[in-house]
Parts: sequence; structure tokens; C-alpha cells
Amino acid sequence: MLLLPQLAVTFVFFFWPAGQAIVQSVQGGDAFGLSTRFVALENFAVVLAEPAYLASVEVTLIFSFAVALLALAPGLLFAVMADRIVRGAAFYKTVLLLPYAVAPAIAGVLWLFLFNPSVGIIAVALRRAGVDWNYVLNGRQALLLVILAAAWKQIGYNFLFFLVGLQAIPKALLEASAIDGASTRRRFWTIVFPLLAPTSFFLLVVNIVYAFFDTFGIIHNVTQGGPAKATEILVYKVWYDGVVGLDLGSSAAQSVILMTIVIALTAIQFRFIERRVHYA
Amino acid sequence: MATLTLDAVRKSYGEREVVHGITCGVADGELVVVVGPSGCGKSTLLRMVAGLEPVTSGTVLIDGRIVNAVEPKDRDIAMVFQNYALYPHMSVYDNMAYGLKMRKMRRTEIRERVERAAGILQLRDLLARKPRQLSGGQRQRVAMGRAIVRDPKIFLFDEPLSNLDAQLRVQMRVEIKQLQQELGTTSLYVTHDQVEAMTLADRLIVMNAGAADQIGPPLALYERPATAFVAGFIGSPAMNLLHGQVFESGVAVNGAVLPADRRGEPGRAVLVGLRPEHIELAPAGPVSLRVELLERLGADTILHGRLGTDGPIMTARVPGTFQPAIGETLAFGIRPERIHLFDPESKRRLGN
Amino acid sequence: MRTRRGIWIPHAVLLAGLALVLFPIYVAFVASSLTLRDILDAPMTLVPGPEIVANYRAALASGTVSTSGQPVAAMLLNSLVMALVIAIGKIAISLPSAYAVVFFRFPLRRVCFWGIFVTLMLPVEVRIIPTYKIAADLGLIDSYAGLTLPLVASATATLLFRQFFLTIPDELVEAAKIDGAGPWRFFIDTVIPLSRTNIAALFVILFIYGWNQYLWPLLVTDSPSMTTIVIGIRQMIANGDAQTAWHLVMATALLAMLPPVAVVLAMQRWFVVGLVETEK
Repeated sequence: MLLLPQLAVTFVFFFWPAGQAIVQSVQGGDAFGLSTRFVALENFAVVLAEPAYLASVEVTLIFSFAVALLALAPGLLFAVMADRIVRGAAFYKTVLLLPYAVAPAIAGVLWLFLFNPSVGIIAVALRRAGVDWNYVLNGRQALLLVILAAAWKQIGYNFLFFLVGLQAIPKALLEASAIDGASTRRRFWTIVFPLLAPTSFFLLVVNIVYAFFDTFGIIHNVTQGGPAKATEILVYKVWYDGVVGLDLGSSAAQSVILMTIVIALTAIQFRFIERRVHYA
Repeated sequence: MATLTLDAVRKSYGEREVVHGITCGVADGELVVVVGPSGCGKSTLLRMVAGLEPVTSGTVLIDGRIVNAVEPKDRDIAMVFQNYALYPHMSVYDNMAYGLKMRKMRRTEIRERVERAAGILQLRDLLARKPRQLSGGQRQRVAMGRAIVRDPKIFLFDEPLSNLDAQLRVQMRVEIKQLQQELGTTSLYVTHDQVEAMTLADRLIVMNAGAADQIGPPLALYERPATAFVAGFIGSPAMNLLHGQVFESGVAVNGAVLPADRRGEPGRAVLVGLRPEHIELAPAGPVSLRVELLERLGADTILHGRLGTDGPIMTARVPGTFQPAIGETLAFGIRPERIHLFDPESKRRLGN
Repeated sequence: MRTRRGIWIPHAVLLAGLALVLFPIYVAFVASSLTLRDILDAPMTLVPGPEIVANYRAALASGTVSTSGQPVAAMLLNSLVMALVIAIGKIAISLPSAYAVVFFRFPLRRVCFWGIFVTLMLPVEVRIIPTYKIAADLGLIDSYAGLTLPLVASATATLLFRQFFLTIPDELVEAAKIDGAGPWRFFIDTVIPLSRTNIAALFVILFIYGWNQYLWPLLVTDSPSMTTIVIGIRQMIANGDAQTAWHLVMATALLAMLPPVAVVLAMQRWFVVGLVETEK
């Protein structure tokens, strides 16, 4: 009885739709949705063979890895720096964490403003420096822009987790290695980095999932998947094909594919965390 | 004020029986201690009386009323837990008042009761504090206060002193005894510490692997233990239990013939029990021990010596002023009435 | 190891980090204080101007008449309602669920738990279309219920509470039983007060989650009066001929950032601890 509300909502709004998505993915219909027939894995085959889909996969991969890298590296850097200071740590933490509170969509708008070909400050500076900046027309630049916006938002989150991970490393280990004669750099790479591995792995998965899904708002606000699909990541395509293009079967198939990817990623992460708990 | 009766109480988990038919009555105002090593079933027994564990067979009666199917809160009992089980987010006052609040008592009466208990337990100044701000001993007192305010028919104690340091434990057990006598509440107390058991109990139940080996007043258990287990468990240092045989003139242990009353045919194998404090130095005594280790406690010295040349090691208590040397061989004797004999198979006492 | 110069470098790096993080926000802030002309006159200055009050008032009152005509105030309200309902709703549902799963034994208990757990793995983006259909069937389009209900089934909250409830000692439950507190009383008098920190942390996380929702509100609301702020801002950036009122857009962006940031700042202490705990 206590569980009822949660179970009810979960069933109605989760299992049912998930099931429906699977069902729809094995159905095909005409454009008017007047009839559906069972087409088994045909939708999947079509989707996977579609050049647009493969292009989207490529975009998504580039996007996620770039975002992950650009968000993780500075996060780690700031965490290492913050770990060294005593005063002001709380202040830095608070400020660096702020972008977490900013909606992805808003983050997109902020960066859009900076890079807007006509009024954006950075855009103007770039043009003055000789770069022909116009992301509305240039697909690569558009991709760069959304990558920057997405990464900017995640840095704070990564920073926080890295900091916690760093502070969990027993000081005794570092002191022992200092006595052994290791320089700061050596210490970092041979002790700190390996001990941070679980945290890093965890954050990598989280960042990739973030890049896959939570960035919808950024894409939609800034580039709408353009120009010419240059920034159409997989989740955006699901929406676009389903809602704008009204191709339910294809959209559902894409959903299912995405579902599988996420489950795989989460499973890997859980498995790894299990192991981490054992050797911690 | 009430009586507690256990009638053939048993507990099984599936096929495994962990408490074998315990029958015992606790008189009004009596403090009965259930004592035994870890895993002997004593806590399970207590929890069955509390209603936290269902009884597999047998009956539990509180004041003549069968309570097997009655909820803990309706049994009119109060319990003091090993880890105190205080509500961490509530003040001491609220912790003690909670049970009364649940019973819809009037606020004025609650206040009266809590303050009275706080007075008895010297908690008056701590009423506003939270458990994490208290020491172990103070928390223990709050746990007791919570039990006292309920004014229940039965007090149940589940190893309440186990988590305190040694000195505090000694102090607290005296306080508990005094408190219980003053309040006159019938109590069932569980512990694994036999010293605690002996100090507190009006009567003891010694439990061994789920069965009650003996029930009786502390001194009775000390002087006439019913089984070898009870004999070895009660009394510190532990009784020497050695294998021997019945002889013409007594019992023989490793060549030493002790003047016991005969129990059966010569040649019969027996378990001989000798308390270290009853083994006395006697120049012509039958027991000769070669000193291997000395524990000097000040008032007494515990001597560990080997019986004969290759016999078992025995312990004997000698006065602290006596200073034997390691390697020295000493002669001991023992009075016949202090020799305990047990059957080696059943472990039960032979004779009366 | 810590020389004077040694302290200098971390601070320098962290300050650079602060600058990087704050820069887009700062630029937006400046833009929101200038007139449109000043902005169009690119590059705009980096010094705040005098138009703050005017701009914010205009945005709140009337949005951008050129595109959607929705007063920003209304959109902020929608977002606020959504975020609050989701945060409070999730917490209210998951507390009893976690309680049931931990403290009671009933048939199908494991099934229920795993059922809830599975939802962790699939964000709403993946089951988007069928969920929409169900919402439509239930008549939930364009309503607050539609905005919030499907997002309320949260496994994260339930899981977190479950982990925490498992640490409550059995003895405490037994003492309560003897004290005469039934399961419900125990829940209210003891379990919930002990969960205060967790609840606070979750509130922040869920509030931000709710506020930032993009894809779902996009689908489920058609009428302008139900638009949330993160979507509404999209509509203020004109495509094509109409001139974007950048100064108002930036004002809106800042307004959209305020509530989540305020919530994070207010609950900072619990939040940082709670965030790390949740994700683990």
C-alpha cells in the first residue's frame, strides 16, 4: 500500500511506454498512421542502414567524447588545485559548482549569445582575428559551439567529484612517497591518478550519459540539430523523426537502440563500482 | 508487580531448534539472570518473552496471563537494549517520554514520571541533551530511565552493560541491583558475564546450547553445579576438570589419589572437578604440581602447575604473600566434600 | 612542500577557472543592462549599463511580443510549479516506498524493488513518444499534471532513502515496538526526522532536475500559457527577419538561472554531501 503511488506511476509512465516503444519499433505504418503492421526487425534494419542515422551516430560519438574530455580535464585540474589550498576552498567550490544549477538550455543560450555571428563578443573577436566565424552556416563550428556549452556546464560537477576523490586519498601514502624521493609530478601520476581511477571511470560514464541525453536542451535551443544535421545527436534525432517527421516506427526503433546503449553503460558502471567497493 | 512464567518454551528456525524447552518461574520482585556463552540462546529467550520473536511451542505467562499472541506493546514490559536503542534525534526527555506519549498519557503525568526517573538516575541536568552528547554510561541510564517511567510489570535487560568499559560495568551493576530492589519490579536479565550474573541474580538460569543446564540461586550453582558445564562456567578462575577413575579409596587422577566419596565401581571413568580456590597447600598432599606460570594479582596468586611429570596443567589459588619459584614442585590437598564428580558422557553430576 | 610560491599557483589556476565559469554569465548580465542598440553595436562593452531595471521589468511583464508574447513572469511561474511539484512529489512518493521495501516483508517485495530500480537506467528521453501518447490518452496534455506526473516516478530518491534506511539499527525498531509505536508512527516520529539531511540534498537535486526539464515539457505543452521558461527562452530568439531583443533575452536568461542557483546556495551544506552520496 505504501508502494502503490510509486508503483502506479512507474508502471503507467515507465513500463508501459517502454513496452510500447518496443512494440512500436517492430511495427511499420504509413505516413497517416492509419494502419500498422508487424514488421519485426525491419525498422531496426532500415534505421541502422540509413546514412542519416550513421551520420548522427558519428556526430554523437564525437560530441560525447569531446564534451567528456573538455569537462573532465579542467574538472580534474581545478580539483587538484583546490586540494592544495586551505583558505577559500569553500568559496571556489560554490562558484565552480554554479553551472550545475544552470539549465542546459540556458547554458546554450548564454554561449549562443557569446558566439552569435552578429553580436557575440567572441564572434566579433574571432572575426577581427581573421577567423570566418558563422556557426549558423558552418556545421563544424556549430558542433564546436554546442560542445563548449555542454562542457562548460559539466565542469563544476566533475570538479566536485574529483575533489572528493582526492580528499579520500590517505595523506600517509603521499607522505611516504615524498620521503621516498618522488617529485610532485611523479607522485601525481604514480599514486594519485591510479587511486582516482574509480572516480574517473564513474565520471566518464556519467559524462557520456549526460552528453547523450541531457544536452537535448542545448541542441534544441542553439542549433536545432543544424546546420544540415551537423549537430543532430541521436536523442535529438529520436525526437525529430518522431515528432516532427511523424515516423513513429523509426523513432521507436531508435529509442530502443538508445535504451540498449544506456542499459549497457549503466550495467558496466555498476559492475565496476561493485569491484571498486571490494578493493577500496 | 507480577510473575513471569516460562513453560516448556521452545524456539526453532525451520528444522533447527535453538531453545530446548525452558521451564522456569520468576516470582514477583525477583531478578533472574539468564547466563551463558554466545550463541546459547539466551537472547532469543529474552526476545520471546518480549514478544519480538514468536514462540515455536510452549507458553509465556505474565501475571498468569498467556501472552504468546500478544503484541510487545501490550505485554506491559519494558526493555533495556545492549546498544541502548535511543532515538538519536530526540532529547533525553523525549526519549523517556516517547513510550508514555504512545499510550496517550496526560502531559502532566508524563512530566511527573520522567522527572522522577531522572532524579533516581541522576539525569536531571541532561534532560535537554541529545544522545550523541552523552557518554556511554549516561546513555545506559537514559535507556533504563525509559524503562522505569513505564512502570511495567516486567523489566527485560539484554546485556545492557556489554558496551561499557570494565570499571563502569562494575559500578553500573551495583546501581542496577539497587535500583531493581528499590523498585521491586520482576526482572529477567541476560548476560554472558558470569561475575555480573552472580552479583545481580536472585536466581540464575545457566544456558548451554539452548538448554537450561541448571536453575537456582547463585551459591547453589557454585556449590553443587548440576553439570560439568555449569561447574566450569561459574566461578573464576574456572574449575579444573580432569579425567580420572574411581579407586578403592577415592578417585585417581593421573596417579594422584584424591579422597573423594566413592561414586560407583572402581575403575569407572569420571570427570573430576576441583576449584582452584579449594586446592590447599598441604605438605603431604596427594596432588603435586610443578609450577609453570604465576599470575600475581596482589591479594592472591593464581598458580599454573603440571600434575605429575606429564599430566595436565591445573590452576590453584594461593595467598599473595606466598612466593613460589617457577619449576618448584609443591604439594596440595583438597577436602573430600569439595571434590565434584561428573559422568564423562552425560556430564551430569554424580551424587548429590 | 608548501612554499609561498606553491600557494600562488593553485590560486591563480582556480581564479582562472572562476573567470572561465563566470564569464558567460557575466556577459549575459552586462547585456541585460544595456539597450538593444548598444548590443547591436558590436562588440558590446563589458561594463554594465544603466538599463537593468527597465529591461527586467519589460521581460517580466511582456516577454517579447514579437514572438510569443508570453510574459516571462508567467513562464517562470510554470517552471517554478513544475520544479516544486516534481521535487516534492518525488520525495513524497519515494519515502513511503523505501520504507515499505526496507521494513516490511511481503510477497513480490524483490520484484517491486527491482522494478523500481530498473527505471534508473532509462531517462525520459528514451521512452518519449509512447509516454506522450499515454499522457495524451489520459488527457494530460497542456496541464500541470501532464508536466509533472510522468517525471515523478524516481528511482534515485527511493534508492537513496533505501540505502539510508538500511543503516537504521534494528534495535531502534524494536524499542519503538515496545514503546508502542506502530509502523506508521515509527515512520513519522523517527524515520523521517532522521532523514532530514538526505531530504534536503534530494530536494536541491530534484528541484534542479525539474527546472531544467526540456524535452518532456516541449512535447506535452502546446499552448503558450503553459510554456516553461527554459523552452520559452528559445522562442525569444528569433529566426529569420525579426530582430532578437538580446537585452531582454539575456535578462530572461538570468531570471531563469536565479531560482535554481538560489536553491543551491541556500542548501549548500547538505547538498554537496548529498550529491556525492546519491551518485554512489
